[in-house]
Amino acid sequence: MAADMTAASAAPRRARKWNQRSIAPWLFLAPGLFMFTVYVLWPIVQSITLSFYDWNGLYNKDGQFTGTFVGMGNYAELMSDPAFETSLWNNLKWLVLYMAALPIGLFIAIFLNQTVRGIRIYKSLFFFPFVISQVVVGLIFAWFYAPNFGLFYLLTEKLTGQGTAILADPDLVTYGIIAAGLWPQIAYVMILYLTGLNNVAPDQIEAARLDGAKGWRMLWFVVLPQLRPATFIAVIVTVIGALRSFDLVSIMTNGGPFGSSRVLSYYMFEMALGEYGYRMGFGAAIAVVLFAIMMVFISGFIWKMWRDETER
Amino acid sequence: MFPRPIQQSGQAAQWLYTIALPVALIIWLFPLLGVALTSLRPASDLAQGNYFGMPSGIAWENYAYIFTKTPIGQYMVNSLWVTIPTVVGAVSLSLMTGFALAVYGFRGNILVFFMFVAGNFVPFQILMVPVRDMTLQLGMYDTWYGLALFHIAFQTGFCTLFMRNFIKALPYELIEAARVEGVAEWRIFWFIVLPLMRPAIAALSVLVFTFIWNDFFWATVLTQGVDSQPITAGLSSLNGQWIAQWHLVSAGSILAALPPVLMFFLMQKHFIAGLTLGAVK
Amino acid sequence: MVRYTKGAVALSAAMLLATSALAQDKRVVTWNADYDPIPLAAAEALIADFEAANPEIDVQLNNFDHEAYKNAIRNFLTADPPDLANWYAANRMRPFVEAGLFADISDVWADNGLNDALASSVLSSTIDGKQYAVPYTYYQWGIYYNRDAYKAAGVDLPADGGVSWDQFLANCEKFKAAGIDCVTTGSSALWPVAGIFDYISMRTNGYQFHSDLAAGKISWKSPEVKAVFDNFGKLQPFVTANHAAIDWQDAAALLVQGKAANYVMGNFAVGVFKEGGMTNDNLGFMVFPEITAGIARSEEAPTDTVHLTSGAKNPEDAKKLLAYIASADAQSKWNGAVGQLPTNKNATVDAADPFLTAGFQALSTATGGIAQFWDRDADAEYAKAGMEGFQQFLVQPDQLDAILDRLEQTRLRLYPQ
Repeated sequence: MAADMTAASAAPRRARKWNQRSIAPWLFLAPGLFMFTVYVLWPIVQSITLSFYDWNGLYNKDGQFTGTFVGMGNYAELMSDPAFETSLWNNLKWLVLYMAALPIGLFIAIFLNQTVRGIRIYKSLFFFPFVISQVVVGLIFAWFYAPNFGLFYLLTEKLTGQGTAILADPDLVTYGIIAAGLWPQIAYVMILYLTGLNNVAPDQIEAARLDGAKGWRMLWFVVLPQLRPATFIAVIVTVIGALRSFDLVSIMTNGGPFGSSRVLSYYMFEMALGEYGYRMGFGAAIAVVLFAIMMVFISGFIWKMWRDETER
Repeated sequence: MFPRPIQQSGQAAQWLYTIALPVALIIWLFPLLGVALTSLRPASDLAQGNYFGMPSGIAWENYAYIFTKTPIGQYMVNSLWVTIPTVVGAVSLSLMTGFALAVYGFRGNILVFFMFVAGNFVPFQILMVPVRDMTLQLGMYDTWYGLALFHIAFQTGFCTLFMRNFIKALPYELIEAARVEGVAEWRIFWFIVLPLMRPAIAALSVLVFTFIWNDFFWATVLTQGVDSQPITAGLSSLNGQWIAQWHLVSAGSILAALPPVLMFFLMQKHFIAGLTLGAVK
Repeated sequence: MVRYTKGAVALSAAMLLATSALAQDKRVVTWNADYDPIPLAAAEALIADFEAANPEIDVQLNNFDHEAYKNAIRNFLTADPPDLANWYAANRMRPFVEAGLFADISDVWADNGLNDALASSVLSSTIDGKQYAVPYTYYQWGIYYNRDAYKAAGVDLPADGGVSWDQFLANCEKFKAAGIDCVTTGSSALWPVAGIFDYISMRTNGYQFHSDLAAGKISWKSPEVKAVFDNFGKLQPFVTANHAAIDWQDAAALLVQGKAANYVMGNFAVGVFKEGGMTNDNLGFMVFPEITAGIARSEEAPTDTVHLTSGAKNPEDAKKLLAYIASADAQSKWNGAVGQLPTNKNATVDAADPFLTAGFQALSTATGGIAQFWDRDADAEYAKAGMEGFQQFLVQPDQLDAILDRLEQTRLRLYPQ
């Protein structure tokens, strides 16, 4: 009788437990998922839709949307838009040159990976540029490049007799901004590699040393393979950093002179919210292109994560 | 250890290294040092073209000026108003999402997880027009909470990735044992997992603080005036007024950089732990 | 009564306050503006005068930060329209007119004889035959010069009526030899180069041609445009190098320091020159030189305007205020306080200010016409493309063909033939 009772009450309790365990994750997810859907997922859908419209951002006095459907019109316009072409090329320059952050960051990490007195302070100070805002980095470099009195200008004047105002030169301006962007990016990559170097298996290094490996060969064949996780993260953050290059362009040049330093992220903002812009649909189309480019890298990242997850 | 410890090298190499360290550092931080010095240079020096020579004095009045004659203090307060709620909000939400994704093997788990991760890498521009429009419609344009709400939502992506991996690394037996005891799921979260999350919370808090403090793009898109603009956007608009007054621009820059730098120094270990997540297996 | 607000929330809070404070049965007119401190004080005085004459009306001015306003107006016109809003004439008001957000005020113009009193601004206030704006102030553009720089380079000072184009270019050679920039500009924000272009274009082909060019009716490959760039090219070598990386105020400093001699600018720059230490003794003003002989002289004078919104709750009283703003008395007083020029031809200007009197003189004798400035005459997107082209030409004159090809492409896309 007693045994019967326990059995009878255990069954519903287990069911309730099971039930609780299948509902609980969704309750925990709900607030975060809600916010993320409203502010990230849904806007992506809306932007893609908007890219098929011509809209100046205004509603009429009854609050109705004033845009008109133009189909692929905005994309067709992009195809023959020289400013879009410039932006794409500049984005490519950013992507390629930003990769320089990897070897330089690794070099500095190796340089700093010692155990001498005060090295921790050195490591932190080397990391400094990453901690400060890109707005500040942009202002610092704008001052560095300023015509007539900027240090860089004076330096080139000393060397060549003719000062170079990087930010006024359509052929050099993008490189000037990329250099500014590399400064914090190198610091970031450096810290990733420093952490990676900390975790390199000492026995393998010692074994390789006994085999006579040193210098470059050691780095290439023994150390780098072990740094692969760090390299992977470094590539990801560098690619994202390169494609998100909005702040520096906006602070240093506003895309000028005559649009030579535009990148997609800035061009989109300029078209949608700039003083001569308010072409929301056209801006959305640029954003969709940027999104598509980024998606290639995101998919790669997700694919690798998925492989890691299933291997576990 | 790689490279070979410098102590195992000759005396000369060690000396060289000791000298090379500070020299490299000064070169590396040269632009920053230049700005720090300029921020203390009297305006008269700049007017006379003395940009890099010996300053004629130390001008703390540059800082006094920007605090009394410009709204930079207000901008910094605005930044705090945006940053602190974002840190609290994003960390709280992601503790829950991270817990859900790490502990429960429900259908669609990995899909939801990847969605958070992917969303985190999306270019801001694809969100810009709809988010701005929605913020306007909700009457939250140009307010600290309009900006903070967006940041909370967006940062939840990155924070979920972090929290989920952190909880996954906790000993699962703890949770199993509690379940056998019949502890309710929310109590497991609150009394068992949460206390173990302190390092993760600390790491994420400093990271998110820095990210949000330094955000410029969304500050430009979602705020516009002195009443709500954070320091980054404020500094940019002050820069438009301080044409050729580099001593003020420099002082403003140093001020804007200070809070994240302090945060970094105080919480260095956590900061780096957060940033290098995944850099080691 | 004046309120200062920055954001939408504060704005609606102010509105709520306003309605509750309104127990005294006054009829309210709301007005959103973007004034800096001096114009704001002048507007407060204008409102006080109006309220004294119309005691049953209470005008509530909501003042915004100037830059923030450009953004805010796009929101409040739909979300929470005031009765009146500040903006600009010509193409800058077109999007709001086309979206039905600004109201037709042709009746205000007709009933108050404004077509005559504001004759110089009729065109810029009209879209499709109807008036949508009340212009109340403008300021002249022209060449500001540093007399000390002229003396330093041994160049004769310009006469009252300015100099001829050939003389100007000859002067430039002398300035160059003396190591002084003949013409300075700071084009990092693009628009300053448009001032130079506009003048060369108007002086080469006349007002109508220039106006058609800005309206997209003229090919960039036409011989007339070629002639404009030929003249622009003559000036190009004498313009401050690296202008693309500096702001207009940086270039103003060059003029103040005597490192540059001439600056094609608007009258608002006088304040900056004087802050830098210039006085009426060494700062001079002249109209831009005549290029093609016999063309009626036209000038550049951007006009600021007030508009009635379509969502206005009290359009009747708002129109009364508009009529008052258009009147000669109100304009004399407002512009006297601010240091700009009234658009009402019966208004007066401060005789003690040489730049205002020169400007008033230049504009009232500009029989060719008054242009609004490139970025107000041309559609926004077209304007931007044009300004980038002008800036590029000043940096890379050898790229002229590519620049004109691109502008022509943009034109054909925006204005399909």
